[in-house]
Amino acid sequence: MVDIIFLILSVSAIAASVIALQARELIYGAVALGAALLATAGLFILLDAPFVAMFQVTVYIGAVVVLILFTVILVKREQWIGGGRDGINPKMSVIGAIMVVAGLVYAGWASGLVTTSASEEFGITFLQIGREMMSGYAPALILVAITLAAALIGALTMAKVEKEG
Amino acid sequence: MESLLSYFLVSTILFGIGIYGVIAKRNAIRILFAVEIIINAANLNFVAFSRFPPSPNILGQTFALFSIALAAAEAAVGLAIILVAFRAHDSVDVSQLKKLRG
Repeated sequence: MVDIIFLILSVSAIAASVIALQARELIYGAVALGAALLATAGLFILLDAPFVAMFQVTVYIGAVVVLILFTVILVKREQWIGGGRDGINPKMSVIGAIMVVAGLVYAGWASGLVTTSASEEFGITFLQIGREMMSGYAPALILVAITLAAALIGALTMAKVEKEG
Repeated sequence: MESLLSYFLVSTILFGIGIYGVIAKRNAIRILFAVEIIINAANLNFVAFSRFPPSPNILGQTFALFSIALAAAEAAVGLAIILVAFRAHDSVDVSQLKKLRG
């Protein structure tokens, strides 16, 4: 049963990612990106990480995809399709991507790590994650908070329309 | 099927799709999609590698949470840059942004 769910989720994640990049209209691409992120959230649940899955759905699909949708709406409609044509020879970029994937798979295979399979039960609770973040990683958490605030203020400053004169 | 190899393969394929998008696409918003897909693949790797032996632990999930938060900041800044570039050049095609050429 888990195998079937895994297959469905991974195939839909990969297919939705391809659609996100190849869809004719950008707005369908943005929706497909949301679908790909949702399928990955499902994979996180299969990996016994419901907290990460929840975070993914809230932050990515709730905030990032909605932000992208609004940007696509703000950009002129001709740009939705016009910018879709490819720059560098598409065949070359497919070959490049396949080479990167092949190299990574070979590295993973040669390391011997990837042949391990799940054996024991793995129970991680929200409490443990919270404790980890608030103790050892408290400085990192504060840094991430400051980075987010700075990035959002910077984004607002950049996107602000300056008044004429 | 429930092995590290299967998750590793899925995340590697997602990474490859993202690499293809970054190389081939000229629309800035689509390049941002590709970057999001790459970050997503990395997060999947973090969680998968922390789930399986020899060292099942909590660190991968914690790192994935930090990574998702930073990806949100990156998307906000990236979209603001795209909007400013669109206002200045009336285009989101990265080959049209001639002022940015070195």
